[in-house]
Amino acid sequence: MKEKLVLIGNGMAGVRTIEELLKLAPDAYDITVFGSEPFGNYNRILLSPVLAREKTIDDIMLNDLQWYNDNNIKLHTGKWVTKIDRAKRVVITEDGSEEPYDRLLLATGSNPFIIPVPGSDLPGVISFRDIHDVDAMLEASTKYKHAVVIGGGLLGLEAANGLRTQGMDVTVVHLLDTLMERQLDKPAAELLQCALKEKGLRFMMEAQTEAILGNERVSGVRFKDGREIPADLVVMAVGIRPNIELAKKSGIHCERGVVVSDTTQTYDPRIYAVGECVQHRGQTYGLVAPLFDMAKVCANHLAQLGYSRYEGSVVSTKLKVTGIDVFSAGDFLGDETTEDIVMKDAARGVYKKVVLKDNKIHGAVMFGDTVDGSWYFQLLRDGTDVSDIREHLMFGQAHLGDSGHGGQNAAVAMSDDMEVCGCNGVCKGDITKAIVDKGLFTLDDVRSHTKASASCGSCTGLVEQILVSTLGGDYSATPQEKPLCKCTDHTHDQVRKAIRAQHLTTIPTAMAYLEWRSPNGCHVCRPALNYYIISTWPAEGQDDPQSRFINERAHANIQKDGTYSVVPRMWGGLTTPNELRAIADVADKFKIPTVKVTGGQRIDLLGVKKEDLPAVWGDLNNAGMVSGHAYGKSLRTVKTCVGQEWCRFGTQDSTSMGVILERLTWGSWMPHKFKMAVSGCPRNCAEATIKDFGVVAVESGWELHVGGNGGVKVRPTDLLCKVTTDEEVIEYCCAFIQIYREEAHYLERTAPWLERVGLSYVKEKIVDDAENRAALQERFLESQRYAQKDPWAERVSKGVEKHEFIPLKHVS
Amino acid sequence: MTEWIKVGRIEDIPPLGARVVETGNGDIAVFRTAEDKIFAVRDKCPHKGGPLSQGIVHGRNVTCPLHNWNIALESGQAVAPDEGCVARYPLKVEDGVIHLSLKG
Repeated sequence: MKEKLVLIGNGMAGVRTIEELLKLAPDAYDITVFGSEPFGNYNRILLSPVLAREKTIDDIMLNDLQWYNDNNIKLHTGKWVTKIDRAKRVVITEDGSEEPYDRLLLATGSNPFIIPVPGSDLPGVISFRDIHDVDAMLEASTKYKHAVVIGGGLLGLEAANGLRTQGMDVTVVHLLDTLMERQLDKPAAELLQCALKEKGLRFMMEAQTEAILGNERVSGVRFKDGREIPADLVVMAVGIRPNIELAKKSGIHCERGVVVSDTTQTYDPRIYAVGECVQHRGQTYGLVAPLFDMAKVCANHLAQLGYSRYEGSVVSTKLKVTGIDVFSAGDFLGDETTEDIVMKDAARGVYKKVVLKDNKIHGAVMFGDTVDGSWYFQLLRDGTDVSDIREHLMFGQAHLGDSGHGGQNAAVAMSDDMEVCGCNGVCKGDITKAIVDKGLFTLDDVRSHTKASASCGSCTGLVEQILVSTLGGDYSATPQEKPLCKCTDHTHDQVRKAIRAQHLTTIPTAMAYLEWRSPNGCHVCRPALNYYIISTWPAEGQDDPQSRFINERAHANIQKDGTYSVVPRMWGGLTTPNELRAIADVADKFKIPTVKVTGGQRIDLLGVKKEDLPAVWGDLNNAGMVSGHAYGKSLRTVKTCVGQEWCRFGTQDSTSMGVILERLTWGSWMPHKFKMAVSGCPRNCAEATIKDFGVVAVESGWELHVGGNGGVKVRPTDLLCKVTTDEEVIEYCCAFIQIYREEAHYLERTAPWLERVGLSYVKEKIVDDAENRAALQERFLESQRYAQKDPWAERVSKGVEKHEFIPLKHVS
Repeated sequence: MTEWIKVGRIEDIPPLGARVVETGNGDIAVFRTAEDKIFAVRDKCPHKGGPLSQGIVHGRNVTCPLHNWNIALESGQAVAPDEGCVARYPLKVEDGVIHLSLKG
């Protein structure tokens, strides 16, 4: 006999919990759901577009009746549960019928708060919480003229805007002198009020409602100061209260909400609660992101896995108020212990304030331009020390406007047919359509459904904006410490720590120790695990070819037609007539269609058939050339200028230095590709200041630069330090590569890694600490003993991985 | 009558790997899972024609090396939210020998 699970409350939090549960344990329970509304589960966040008649209830359905059917869930719509008999373990409905449970889930949500003034029960006085309210508003808008919205918070403003677009005269009444005082500071609220006035809304600020007037139906509103205004419709939007009536009546401990522990259990351990009805560690929540966090934890316990804990959510508000972007997070008001950085450009309608405390972001509020909201929020949650980037902080992360999206940085201003994601050709309209039609809530959802921002990621900020503007007042921010992939709950750092501490040297032992959820991982986690194992244990770690991306398995770059490209190494960009002749001969012999000079100063042979690869390599090996690792998460090239030997400006021998560095570092596996350059003077012809490790010669020695990137997001390097001798260049180069190899996440380039940990941290470890620097160098050189084997030669002469290059069979 | 062609032994394919059978009508990818199940599908991703045989195999799925589409080897269907499907070929394994039929 299966256990019985009963869910009371057919809303977003409760049904999300069921969805998460079905993913973990599809057959664990017989599930029964009670909902008071006559529908399946719909997306409450999208009520505003329904009010604007842009969408219908069917458009915003998340789980239709078919879904309940398909999953064998018994759904009772339009049915109230009146009592829970905890001793007998049954719930009792209004018609007296009983439903037994083994476990019970409360997701009763919240009720709108109705101000207890005379007349508040008159017909025409409503709230803005469900589809029923929206119907009432739409009906009123066709018959009546004057609407009054009490409450100048997000919900009130959305309602006001919706009624205004339906042609009503709308007055927003607010008790305080600033709108949305819980999300905005005064300057931002003033900008918002101005913008809304221009859209035709009227405001009565600091107005306390005394009575709602009318006989058969509402006819007006009177305030404490004696003023009266006409009203045919009054929308109360002054706040919500957790709906705890049923829980209370059934003797479950409640304060402001139903009190739950970190396992989302109430004081009755058979009864769980999630969503807006819940009070956890003294907090109640009204945004979707925390509700979904709770749902995940609750499902984990219902599925009897029992290891997940809800530890509260840090909430940011990234809102779209009637077409205007606002953002706030943390303590954006500040006090005497904090400092503010403020930027205001009223003509452009932009206002940004960042509140700092002890060099960390303590809060932020933004109006008009909210592109960097998620960046500030990330820095806030990570507790990142921002002293290194303080001077640039207000100008944002500047990841928009780099390449691939035509310099767009405001999604609102884009039309539906404009391209957002230049990699995958996804337009704004495709994204908004997917969000609504498929019921998406998070950036990851949008990525997997539309592929927007799923490749290079440079349009992530834009996609987030579109998500926010489509979902209106709500949006699930990506959690701070993401699990490595869907096969585990562990983060990159946790996985790596375990591999080191537990001496894990193979993928199966690592997966077993870390309790991987899937039998052999996925295309995301296996390459990461493989890298962590071989970089942590260079001598003993078992390299698994089947867990490497094809390029690293075939030691060549796969092309769109399934052929491969071959790039032999040219040390420091130097070559010889003999090498060039050998390359030309290979190209002729194997009929290689394209020969191209790369950006990294070497030659690319494109269009090689996979079966030909070993023979091509054999010929190149015979001429003294080895793999250029142009395909690997590894050292790529060391680009050089001609330097002192020939150049009249050269101050040092940059070409020789480049050759030395490349001979030293080739073959090493890295979290991501790694490029170097050496320039012979500050004119920097080798473009060393956009490389992962760049060396620039000056008269007195060498400048060492780190963390540069010339790709999608151009980032110039930071100066690590200046040194005088060649030996020091070598030592710092090894130390920097090794700390990156040991500490960056797999597939994290040096630029984002450096931004994450801070330049000060890297300086402290490498520049200030000579002992640590030497130790890093030693570990790097030790690992190079195992890594510096030409993979081409191994395959040509020793027959390594032979099966990779020959077909299983040829059938005519 | 199905015409079975011997293409090789299970051990010829690395676990969690694939090999290609070349035919006059294009390549067929033959996969071996960790549990030694063998599957054969056309070596052409329904998305942009990528060679599935070069992808990473996990569970009973393969990830296309070109754009990371996941294909379920048993059904030939793309894993949601992606949509598409790739032709499957019947096969049987007898005494460790893989027999393939070209009638996909």
